[in-house]
Parts: sequence; structure tokens; C-alpha cells
Amino acid sequence: MTGEKDVVIEVEGLLSQFGDRVIHEDLDLTVEKGQILGVVGGSGTGKTVLLNTIIGLKEPDGGVVRLLGHDMAAATKEELADIERRTGVLFQQGALFSALSVLQNVASPLVEHTDLPRSLIEEIAAMKIALVGLGPESHHLKPAELSGGMRKRAGLARALALDPELLFLDEPTAGLDPIGAAAFDELIRSLADDLGLTVFMITHDLDSLYAICDKVAVLADKHVVNTATVSELERSDHPWIREYFHGPRGRAAHRTG
Amino acid sequence: MATADFEIESDEAGARLRLIGDWTTAGLSRHRGRLGPRLGRELGDRSVKALDLSDMGRLDTTGALILSRVLGRDLDADAWSSRPEAGRIYQRVVKVECNEGKPLKRTRGLTRMFAKIGHGVYDIGGEAILSMAFLGRLITATGSALKHPGRIRWPAWVSQIERAGLDAIPIVAVTSFFIGAVVAFIGADLLQQFGFDVFAVELIAISVLREFAVVIAAILLAGRSSSSFAAEIGSMKMNQEIDAMQVMGVNPFQALVIPRLAAMVIMLPLLTFIAMLAGLFGGALVAWSQLSLGPDFFLQRLGTITDIGNHLFVGLVKAPVFAVVVAAIGCRQGMAVSGDVESLGRRVTAAVVQAIFAIIFLDAVFALIFLELNL
Repeated sequence: MTGEKDVVIEVEGLLSQFGDRVIHEDLDLTVEKGQILGVVGGSGTGKTVLLNTIIGLKEPDGGVVRLLGHDMAAATKEELADIERRTGVLFQQGALFSALSVLQNVASPLVEHTDLPRSLIEEIAAMKIALVGLGPESHHLKPAELSGGMRKRAGLARALALDPELLFLDEPTAGLDPIGAAAFDELIRSLADDLGLTVFMITHDLDSLYAICDKVAVLADKHVVNTATVSELERSDHPWIREYFHGPRGRAAHRTG
Repeated sequence: MATADFEIESDEAGARLRLIGDWTTAGLSRHRGRLGPRLGRELGDRSVKALDLSDMGRLDTTGALILSRVLGRDLDADAWSSRPEAGRIYQRVVKVECNEGKPLKRTRGLTRMFAKIGHGVYDIGGEAILSMAFLGRLITATGSALKHPGRIRWPAWVSQIERAGLDAIPIVAVTSFFIGAVVAFIGADLLQQFGFDVFAVELIAISVLREFAVVIAAILLAGRSSSSFAAEIGSMKMNQEIDAMQVMGVNPFQALVIPRLAAMVIMLPLLTFIAMLAGLFGGALVAWSQLSLGPDFFLQRLGTITDIGNHLFVGLVKAPVFAVVVAAIGCRQGMAVSGDVESLGRRVTAAVVQAIFAIIFLDAVFALIFLELNL
């Protein structure tokens, strides 16, 4: 680790529970600046709960979450607004506002957080839409008129609207065909490289792990059992990790990856 | 965060642009977007040959977009050599800007207005055909439900009767109570002027039994149940539950529409009767307090109204018809929901508006029919 300043996300001793059901216990996680971190884990291990806790949608039942150097529990209104401006989130279903067109969706964070004139905001939004590979013909479409892949791209464009340093992606390639998923992986990798993004990505997609993740955090037994590169994880003794990487799908991804 | 700014130094080779501060969305927001045009103006027709990035903070795609609009592509690639990461962002934005075609122009407001009117007219025809189709499917589904009573889903019936019927009793009773009271107040005031106080009882009884009880109950159910039918069935449609039923061989009309229709047809007459009692009670209370006509007298007077049975019959006979209208319109609009949330909202609104309109319209038709029949 190269000093305190380069840690973007820091989770310490996180406890999450719903009633008596404990989801996370004593969970530690750090993400360094510029890293693409993949988060994997079986269904129901609380990957999305972890994401929601980090971005502040759910209050932790114990432990500390520090985002961009701010303690989320103790952050003032200004600090929270600053964090909101510097992070972008792509939800699993895209979560586009269904009453607004694609262009308005992408423009909405800019309208909310900046004093730029309307015409410039639309130009910026159009540029972001082009950046994620959607054509100008999509500008005036409503989310209901988009295909699954286009909706993901539009969601990514909205997440990128304020040029965040930190990007959260919840299963970005789920529901995409393999070609579309590979293209999306490539897009995220190149955007992360060029724009210097830090990416926190929940995924089930082994190909994504091999293709773009610098490090992978494995959620099992209610905490992060290991954070390492894919090749290190392949040599892990943990039964779930072994099953994950050496099962039939893991081997297939390894061959191609 | 430092505000974005710039300085231009000029020599024979060309202009040298010194970028200061953060060229980011937030940094540029301080200028309300006027920095790009100012840079263009001050630069005039000079072209930038070199960049001084020593005082530049961060650059993001918004900053790059504004710069690229002014500087364009005639900037040397190695101008960014002191800040390669900023150069990558700039190159990426320039590339995207070049590839992008002209965005589609939105059609003008006037054209859109006429298009909307045209669509509206066209949709009325489509809606009418769909309504007929719905009515046809409803009739066949009712027929087959009557033919195979063994297949009727009793649990669904009972739960609908509870939710749409029993749970509505308090609101129907209270509303009708107040309507009866209001009629009594107005009647008492008017009739007292002529000295016909006692006729207030007739006024209350006839208006409540014939019209108010059934219309108030039906309109309340239109607001309460028609909307919830449309929302329930609509969100099931969005969730592909209706499709899942169809592949399992379950007729959605049998499973969703018939129980709701039956619950309405059973419960609306009952609610109407409760509304009648509550309305008469409200009227009697006002007659007692305003006109000093005691409950005993009120009841006795009620008994002497010659065709009170007819008024009761006229009120109750309308209830099942209104019930079919409320349930059918709610379910019909629910079935018509398409994929997006906006259409759900539109359909729920349409369900309530159409149901209330249909109730009032049918009430007028009934009034004409009963007038002809001398009831």
C-alpha cells in the first residue's frame, strides 16, 4: 500500500443484518485508486447489500465505511454532496428514469449538480452517450424503447455524467449476450484506463474477471475471504473459491481468458 | 477545488495556451459554462501550438469537450506530453466528437401537436376495438365459468370480496351519511320557507334510495377498486406474470378478471344497501336536530311513502350494472398496460376516469328508462 491517500474505499469490520439474519460480519475491504475490483460470491452472500452500504443507501449495523477519505457515518451534508458528485453508480437493471428520454437521463445529474447552461449540458450529455457507444438516434428514445444492452450503456453514460473518480457497477454484463458482454467489458476497461477511474464491480461473469479486473474480492462465510489477482485466487485452498475457478465454467473462462 | 481559467501567450510560432485550475465539471460550473466561448473569443484566429499544463489541476471529459470545441484537431499530439493521462482523455473526446453524426433534430412543437391529435384520434378507434375484444373474452370467460363451476377459484373470490367489498364499508357508510345529512340540511331550509317541513322526509328518502346511495357507492368503488384492479393487473403484466399464466395453461381471465368481477357484482348491491341505511340515518339525524322531526315520526312518515318499494328497487337494480362497469374497466385498463411505468400510471388514471364517467352516463340512461316505465 502506498499511503493513506490512495485508498478510495475502505470498509472495516462491517456488520450488516436484517433482523436476526446476519449478512456480513467483520467484513474488511480496501480498494486503491485506479484499481478495477471485481466482487464475486454466491447468490445471497450480500454483494448488492455491500454495494448499497458503501454508497450509503443502507446504514451499516456496525463497522466503518470510508469513501474517498470521508467516514460515511460522520460525513456532513457538504461532504456527502461531494461524495455524490465524485461517484457514479450503474444499477443492475440500469435504473433509468422511465419518464425521461435517454438524453434527459444522462443530463439529469448535470442539471442537479452544476450551474452550466442547458445547451452545454445537452452537448456534454450527447458526448457521454457517444462515449459509451450509443448513436445520436438514441437521444430521444424512452428507456422502455431500449434493448437490455442499450439500457446498460445508457445507465453507464448517466453514471459517468459528472466524470466520477469512482464507479460502482452492479452486474454490468448480466443479461447481455457474450459479444455484447465482451464489448461492455472492453468499454469499461478502456474508460477506466483513459479517465483514471476506480471501479468497484459486482459480477458473476468469469470472463469479466479474467478480462478486466485487477483484483478480485471473494465474499463467502459473511466476509471477504480473499482479495487477490485472479491467478492467485486460482491457487487458493478455500473450497468455494476452488469450486468457483475450477468448476466447468471457470475452466472454460480460463482457457479463453 | 480550483476554478478553471486560462492565459494566452502569443509569439511568431503561434499561441501558447496556459491552462490553470481544474478543468472539470465542477470547476467549469463556476463560470456557468462561459469559459469556452471566452477562450474562443480571446484566441480569435490564432491557432494554439503548445499547451502549458504546469498549473493545471484535473481535466475531465467535460473540460476536454469544451477545449476540443475551440482547439479542434489541429493541436499536436505531443502538446499533452507533460500530462499523458489528460492527453488520453482529450484524445478520446476528440475521437468521439468526430465520429458522432449530427443529432436528430426534434420535430417542431406545432408539428408535434398535430401528430399528437392524429395519434389521439387513431387511438380512439383502436381502443374501441380492444374494448370490444375484452368484452367478448369476458363474456366467453363468464360463460365457461358458469359451465364449469367446479373450476371457480373460490379463494380468489373471497379475498377480492374482502378487499374490494368489506374493506370499503366504512368509507361508503360515512360518505353516504354526510350526503344524506347535506340533502336534509338544504331540504329543511327550503321547505321550511313554505311550511312543508314534513316533506323533508320524502326528499331524503327518495333522493338517497333512488340515486345517491348507489351512485356514491359506485363512484367510491371506481376510485378505490377500479384503480387497484388496473394497478394490480398492470404490474402483473409488466412482471410477465400474465405471460407465465398463459404458458401454464391458466386463462388470466378466469384467474384474475372473473373473481374481481364476481366480487364487485356481489358486494356493490350490499354496499348500496348499507349506503342507503347510512344516508337515511344522516338525514334523520338532521331532520331531528333542525326540524324537530323525531326518529319515530321519521320512520312512520317513511312507511307512508306510497311507492317506497319502487325507489328501493330502482336504486338496487342499478348496483350490479355499475359493478360490472367498475370491474370491467379496471381489469381492461390493467390488461392494456405495456412495459413502462408511465403507461401504468396512464392506464390507472384512465380506469378511474372512464369508470366514473360510465357510472354517471349509465345513471342518466337508467333515469330515462325508469321514467318511461313509470317506476
